[in-house]
Amino acid sequence: MNLQDFVEKFAEQFDETDANEIQANTVFKDLDEWSSLIALSVIAMVDEEYEVALKGDDIRNASTIEDLYNVVKAKH
Amino acid sequence: MALLQFDNVGISAMAACVPHTVIDNYRYTQYFSEEDVRKVVDKIGIYERRFADAKTCSSDLCFAAAERLLKETGIERNEIDLLVFLSQTPDYRMPATSIILQERLGLKKSVVAFDINLGCSGFLYGLSVIYSLMQQQNLHKALFLDGETRSKVYSPKDRRSAFLFGDAGVAALIERGEKFGKSYFSLNSDGSKADLIRIEGGGYRHPSSLDTLRERVVDEYGNIRNDEQGYMRGSDVFNFVIVEIPKDIKRLLDVTNINKDDVDYYVFHQANEFINSYIAKKLKLDFAKIPSTIHKYGNTSSVSVPLTIVSELREQLCHSDKRLLLSAFGVGMSWGTAILHFADCHICNIVEL
Repeated sequence: MNLQDFVEKFAEQFDETDANEIQANTVFKDLDEWSSLIALSVIAMVDEEYEVALKGDDIRNASTIEDLYNVVKAKH
Repeated sequence: MALLQFDNVGISAMAACVPHTVIDNYRYTQYFSEEDVRKVVDKIGIYERRFADAKTCSSDLCFAAAERLLKETGIERNEIDLLVFLSQTPDYRMPATSIILQERLGLKKSVVAFDINLGCSGFLYGLSVIYSLMQQQNLHKALFLDGETRSKVYSPKDRRSAFLFGDAGVAALIERGEKFGKSYFSLNSDGSKADLIRIEGGGYRHPSSLDTLRERVVDEYGNIRNDEQGYMRGSDVFNFVIVEIPKDIKRLLDVTNINKDDVDYYVFHQANEFINSYIAKKLKLDFAKIPSTIHKYGNTSSVSVPLTIVSELREQLCHSDKRLLLSAFGVGMSWGTAILHFADCHICNIVEL
């Protein structure tokens, strides 16, 4: 798995946010559109694409998208 | 996975009751902006729910369903030997609601009656208990009442649960008969996840007090509830469900050597549309075989599986023999899968109370 790919798939979970605003170092919880509902979509995407079970705490403890990528990568 | 197997026992009739008050979810905006509400409702696919009024309990919904069932099937009340009421919203902390229903329904005093306390997985657990007791040849007919008024459990000011739940009650008649063939259940429990969905206060661990009734802001999103209202850690529940539920379904199909194409209908606990469609997609199931009531009744906890059967499969199940796979999961965590035959099942039209 690679980081760029993960960032793109992460960005696909947003409807209103411009994909250019979503980069590896983006603090995703600061995005206006971020919500617990988007979190569900991210969990589903990670399960589907990487067969990794992401916990609520994994998301809560991550700050940037790269942080989350590293969690997924470690479990992959 | 505990695997249970039964021969020649099944559901011969079903009825369901929903409260008459319809909640339009897009207009459930007294505490949140229309824009916020729209986003949540679109994601969960729950457009309407039914709310019981302050005077109506789960048992009242079940009572109305049971009366309809007894009337339409012409069963004599004294033929009922076993009465099980399953709910987490009983009339009283004691006595058991099933005993009160024995009198209300005019059942004989020699009836075996007790309550079962389980949430969303409850219908499967209740059936397995009744199927087990029905191995006793002196028990001829069992009445299974499963009801919930979850609208009274959650805070309308907590957006993580405010738009999900609705109320309903069902009645199912269980009998022996060769036409029912073999039934299989896989039942599971994981208490390490007891804190994912819970009502903290009002039990004996944290008894009712002024403190448990005090409303407070509970998270960074500004959600408000008190400790006698339920909470749900949605993303952890979701994470649990998308891993464990497909696994349990696959395992039961494997052990029983039943091909997934040989199942006529898959009836899932109606959690929310996002979860349900994700599970179906993950299992590569034919969506035409998956009846759904999530859009009109919301999540009615343990009642959602039988309510969906009554609402959506009435014509399909009468005068025919169909194989159904039921899957339910929730608070506990407690979850299960069942594969059952429905043979000439009489299903009543839904009653409104």
